[in-house]
Amino acid sequence: MTLPDAETLLAELAQQIRRDATPDTALVGIYTGGVWIAERLHRMLGLSTPMGTIDVAFYRDDYKKTGLRPGVKPSDIPFKVEGADIILVDDVLYTGRTIRAALNEIFDYGRPTSIRLAALVDRGGRQLPICPQFVGARVEVALDQSIELRRAQAGRFNLALMSRGA
Amino acid sequence: MNANLQMSAEGKLKHLLTTEGLPPEILLQILDTARSFCSVTERQVKKVPLLRGKAIFNLFFEPSTRTRTTFEIAAKRLSADVVNLNIATSSQTKGETLLDTVANLTAMHADMFIVRHGESGAAHLIARNVGPDIHVINAGDGRHAHPTQALLDMFTIRHYKGGFNHLRVAIVGDILHSRVARSEIHALTTLGVPEVRVIGPRTLLPRHVQNLGVHVFHDMAAGLKDVDVVMMLRLQHERMSGALLPSAGEFFKSYGLTPEKLAHAKPDAIVMHPGPMNRGVEIDSAVADGRQSVILPQVTFGIAVRMAVMGILAGN
Amino acid sequence: MNIQIKNGRLIDPAAGTERVQDLFIAEGKIAAVGATPGGFRPDRVLDASGLAVSPGLVDLSARLREPGLEYKATLESEMQAAAAGGITSLVCPPDTDPPLDEPGLVEMLKFRARSLNQSRVYPLGALTQGLRGERLTEMAELHDAGCVAFSQPGATLTDNQVLMRSLEYATTFGFAVWLRPQDATLSRGGVAHDGEVATRLGLAGIPACAETVALSAILILVQETGARVHLCRLSSAEGVEMVRQAKRARMPVTCDVAAYHVHLSDMDIGYFDSNCNLIPPLRGPRDRDALRAGLADGTIDAICSDHTPVDEDDKQLPFAEAEPGATGLELLLPLTLKWAREARIALPAALARVTTGPLRVLGLPGAAIAVGQIADLCVFDPEAWWRVRPESLHSQGKNTPLLGMELQGRVRHALVNGQVVFDAPSSH
Repeated sequence: MTLPDAETLLAELAQQIRRDATPDTALVGIYTGGVWIAERLHRMLGLSTPMGTIDVAFYRDDYKKTGLRPGVKPSDIPFKVEGADIILVDDVLYTGRTIRAALNEIFDYGRPTSIRLAALVDRGGRQLPICPQFVGARVEVALDQSIELRRAQAGRFNLALMSRGA
Repeated sequence: MNANLQMSAEGKLKHLLTTEGLPPEILLQILDTARSFCSVTERQVKKVPLLRGKAIFNLFFEPSTRTRTTFEIAAKRLSADVVNLNIATSSQTKGETLLDTVANLTAMHADMFIVRHGESGAAHLIARNVGPDIHVINAGDGRHAHPTQALLDMFTIRHYKGGFNHLRVAIVGDILHSRVARSEIHALTTLGVPEVRVIGPRTLLPRHVQNLGVHVFHDMAAGLKDVDVVMMLRLQHERMSGALLPSAGEFFKSYGLTPEKLAHAKPDAIVMHPGPMNRGVEIDSAVADGRQSVILPQVTFGIAVRMAVMGILAGN
Repeated sequence: MNIQIKNGRLIDPAAGTERVQDLFIAEGKIAAVGATPGGFRPDRVLDASGLAVSPGLVDLSARLREPGLEYKATLESEMQAAAAGGITSLVCPPDTDPPLDEPGLVEMLKFRARSLNQSRVYPLGALTQGLRGERLTEMAELHDAGCVAFSQPGATLTDNQVLMRSLEYATTFGFAVWLRPQDATLSRGGVAHDGEVATRLGLAGIPACAETVALSAILILVQETGARVHLCRLSSAEGVEMVRQAKRARMPVTCDVAAYHVHLSDMDIGYFDSNCNLIPPLRGPRDRDALRAGLADGTIDAICSDHTPVDEDDKQLPFAEAEPGATGLELLLPLTLKWAREARIALPAALARVTTGPLRVLGLPGAAIAVGQIADLCVFDPEAWWRVRPESLHSQGKNTPLLGMELQGRVRHALVNGQVVFDAPSSH
């Protein structure tokens, strides 16, 4: 199957958000793909509030199974979460567990007024009651496959289909 | 039988007993993870739920409020339950053996033991005798090792100096009796520090210390020349009674870190100390409180590093 | 009892020979070698095909833990272990509780040992009362009670005047004095050889000079007094060389080494294996090699087990807190054979270090395979592999650094005074 073009999806996502954004809209990207997308969105939307980045490693629900992976990055939210209108940004939305972890992490910084979710790709398969307010595209993918966001040297995004190990 | 107890067959860290023999990837993983925990300690809710439901037992056979408190804070910031046990060592009373104590605590569903003991090898003994899902962190055993101290010192060095492979590091003082020194030396050499120096009188340097990969100096001025990092060790008063040193005063004269002696090191050299300091014995107050001292940041970093160690171990 | 040992490879350390022949025993002695003596009816025939037959081993140091330390081991279990190790005579040090400084205690020990009808026990008497290093013991009385020599098994006496006088007193009667060369103050607080391993592991060290300083003092006093001294448990290369020079100068000294020290070094401590906590400490590989060279060239007269049963509770402790010592009675033979194999030394010469050598140290005759000799024998399979496990040891002391290792050399039968005192279970 052919996946949609990531740059096209990004433009679509920016369009959707632009309709709803206010000067105080704050973006928080989830490492790594969500951060890449949030960085581009931040520029494209000309937002003034600095964006936040979170790793969610310490909030995941699979710690007991897989432990702490190497390559954890420091989370950094440089704006006041208390009372903020946040748009959480991720690259591929699947089971919803990462988003659940991200919500918990953000709430440990303070009480936001609202959190909405923007995802470049929604591949369905939700295991929790999570839904995105802004989506680039919905894509059906087989259970034994995954979608990954790649970034080329020059910064161009593309989506790739990978086979998971059994 | 004496395989490297710390690592599992898959190369994951099961226990943290000593920095000796740990591959650089593991040391760096701990430092990188600690960086993330630093940002946690800077925000409003300083906890993460990572170790929720886990029971961490502080098994301190040697009293130490400082170290125990940092581990306790670190564990609580990971949302773990902490139990403190100060077991007075009384060699006279043939009470419960060390291993019986450990067995009893295991029966209370301990997930992790943090052990400090006055004898070298105690943490290894415990690690050899705990069940497969229990992790042991060595908080200091005799003169042998104090790996979390070495790790937080490595974190501190990386924070201020950016990396390791261009540094000259000097460790000063009672290396003979120091578990901190031994752990530092292993960590520094593993991380690629090209020159590690030890400075002290002959009576306070182990006879075969150069086999650990260090350069030996007895003269402070020569030893500190062009050094990037100065690590001072605490001098304990018992050393005077063992015919190892005549007096604290004479030690300070030759090996105490004063501004004049520090001037031999590079102008941007950092000064470290594992604490608690004996002002006027191994270090002058002017230096301890001076602009090159990173002694207080060491303490802060210590919490993040210990969180990283516990977080990584408990998940393996 | 008449016993025929058929087809065994008879090893004679005294003659330096080995040959496959039958052996005939009657009335506690060797009645014939080779052809059946006329009218000989064996009450028992031992089939020694493929096995070696040597004089029984003589162990110069085995702690039986009686009197006083019965919670660690008992005479019954340890004598059984000795027999299972092919040891037909053993010397026990006087550091029991109370120490063997009274004739009554010595007589009781000898009586108990005799009544078990197993190996011969030669007690060492305490050199000083209570082993406190101050006052002399009644050496003549103790000798009459059965002590073969006098010993201060802990560190060398701190008081050189007492040491000198005890040597002089012993010389009066022609008694030998057994001393362990370890300076008390230089070894104070130490638990391991003061080398690279101790530095890395953070263990307090005992420098090799603790042995050589003590050896100096002892050798000079031997020259002064003419005392006959046996030096127990050499551990250092420098120590071996000093004894080599002393022997060259014809001084009346002999020495031994503990079997573990022939094979292990401080590297075997690994990550704090307290089974390697021994006295004297295991020193470096260089020292071990010098000990092996000393055994080969005869500087070292004997290998002993230095058998020291220690309770598991007393070993399962951090290294420095563990009680020193290792179990050894059942390891002496396989460890001697291992040395012989590795050093390419013929079996008769190697076994001399655990038969004729020790007997010479004790000033006792014997240990030849010849008609008229007392039938103290060890019948063993030099090739048989076995794994060192608590279950495979008869001793109550299971504390050995070789736990889990496979060794070659297993005793099938042991005979003392022409009586079989040990038969290996046939399942071996």
